[in-house]
Amino acid sequence: MADVAAPMPAAVEDRHAEAIAAHRRRRRLGPMFWIPAAWLVVLILAAAAAPWLGLAPPDEIDWMAIQAPPGVENHILGTDVLGRDILSRVLHGARVSLTVGFAAPAIGVGIGLALGLAAGYFRGWVDEVVGILIDAWLAIPGLAVLLLFSAVFGGSLSMVCLSLGLLFIPAAARITRAQTLSYANREFVLAARAMGASDARILLREVLPNIVWPLMAFVMIDIPIAIVVEGALSFLGLSVKAPTPSWGGMIAEGREHIEDSSWISLIPTAVMFVTVLSFNLAGDVIRRRFADTREAAL
Amino acid sequence: MNALTETRAHRPATEGFLEIRGLTVEHPLRGGRKVHAVTDLDLSIAKGETLGLVGESGCGKSSAARAILQLPRPTRGSVRLDGEELTALSGGALRRARRRFQMIFQDPIASLNPRRTVAEIVSAPLEIAGEGDARARRETVEEMLELVGLDPRHAMDRRPHEFSGGQCQRISIARALVLRPDLLVCDEPVSALDVSIQAQILNLLADLKARFGLTMLFISHDLAVVKNVSDRVAVMHLGRLCEEAGAEALYSDPAHPYTRVLLSAAPRPDPDAIPKPLPMAEGEPPSPIDPPSGCRFRTRCPRAQALCAAEVPPVVPRGAGHGVACHFPLD
Repeated sequence: MADVAAPMPAAVEDRHAEAIAAHRRRRRLGPMFWIPAAWLVVLILAAAAAPWLGLAPPDEIDWMAIQAPPGVENHILGTDVLGRDILSRVLHGARVSLTVGFAAPAIGVGIGLALGLAAGYFRGWVDEVVGILIDAWLAIPGLAVLLLFSAVFGGSLSMVCLSLGLLFIPAAARITRAQTLSYANREFVLAARAMGASDARILLREVLPNIVWPLMAFVMIDIPIAIVVEGALSFLGLSVKAPTPSWGGMIAEGREHIEDSSWISLIPTAVMFVTVLSFNLAGDVIRRRFADTREAAL
Repeated sequence: MNALTETRAHRPATEGFLEIRGLTVEHPLRGGRKVHAVTDLDLSIAKGETLGLVGESGCGKSSAARAILQLPRPTRGSVRLDGEELTALSGGALRRARRRFQMIFQDPIASLNPRRTVAEIVSAPLEIAGEGDARARRETVEEMLELVGLDPRHAMDRRPHEFSGGQCQRISIARALVLRPDLLVCDEPVSALDVSIQAQILNLLADLKARFGLTMLFISHDLAVVKNVSDRVAVMHLGRLCEEAGAEALYSDPAHPYTRVLLSAAPRPDPDAIPKPLPMAEGEPPSPIDPPSGCRFRTRCPRAQALCAAEVPPVVPRGAGHGVACHFPLD
């Protein structure tokens, strides 16, 4: 696996050799990417296929195995206080966590991208208005927004995605605006304008391709944050309502039995920990790789 | 107004292909002050002619070029291309008219989007103009790349960072000419390139100019480069026109003290050809935020007198196609 870069013939230009070496370094993602990525792929596939894996339904009570420890027949990860299969509940709970993890940043970055592009490109009053909106939005305490939304709209999955997504808007808008500012005055944008390109074309074809990757790095940070926050919300009973399983809810259900049946809380905690860590580790590798690519491009 | 009438006296009666009258570019600053980037510039370029525009950095050459291309529109003045008043066109009409005039920029790498392939970059003007379908455009792009001396098979799907500065400038030229414009404005097109590459790019521009019958405005601070490519040369100082003449006449018989200073500062291969250096006051040119009254060169001019501070010198004819804006021109 660990093939050291083959020695280049002396005749090859230094620059060429350097470029190839840099390219190889970028190509090799390494185990710090592949191990977390493998976990995530397995988790995502299992969560998607959860109803068809032959597991007990997540809300089915097995009267013969109440609070069964892991390893019991038919219940690999044991059961909770109501005798529900923990593996099944963890996988169904993953559907909630992963949906929120992907949808909330998508909503936040989508709206923030539009605002930031407009502010950074058009400047003037558009920039002022967006700036005021973002400042005002940041002045509202995030937790209050989440509590308010869950109180008003109840515990639906789409509500959780939306309210969490709204919290990602300000940062996404600011990153987009800063990136747009730095590209909007480049000569290639002037060149596009000299060709008669419309503002929409300049934004979508000239500016956007340059700011997609920095934004992707931002999304890679947001996904685990969204998962953790959803976990906290469902722990507090503010996310999806029972009996829909969620990781935070499972942790909460087991907390009174932490002394005699610790697995009820610890298993969902461990799965959430490994998942968030995996997103962070894989995200770091991808971010660094983008950074390399960008350097090479400039 | 009087000055304008006199200005026209040395020009042919027919209107040039590109006619610039009273072009003024001002950038407002805080506190009601403004940068006088270009003031009352008159230029005329005949069809198929190359006009060189020279001056030290900060003299308003690039501002003038961008104002001519309406990027952004000038503060005042008229720009007529083939009889069409560009400053009067509405946004949409101007965008459609842009295919007739294109520009090449100084920094060949910065003027190409790092995230797009050469094929995308060169076909963008065709897409914007709505020319042909994707396949026809690709063929046109291939032809154009060949014309600028790049191998389309090699270049099409690569990105700008895989090319050298000279190659990037060829890509830029291909993009500028792919719509067959009438007017090409070159803003310091070779200043960022190695000297060995400069000649190649200049030769390429000359070839393409002949092939497409281009009218060119060629901006540079390098007098040697301008002399080689230009039919006529205009000298700018601090936003105003100093002198305008045929390339040979300007270099052999400069009438404006500033032109003489510029020429004496330019390195020449033939030591005998160096005009006697004129003494010029040390230091930077005056600020365009607060330019001197009257002649803007007077604070550095060895020949300045009271009149120079009182009145802006009009451009007066001095021979066929030779005009100079100086109260006390050199003999």
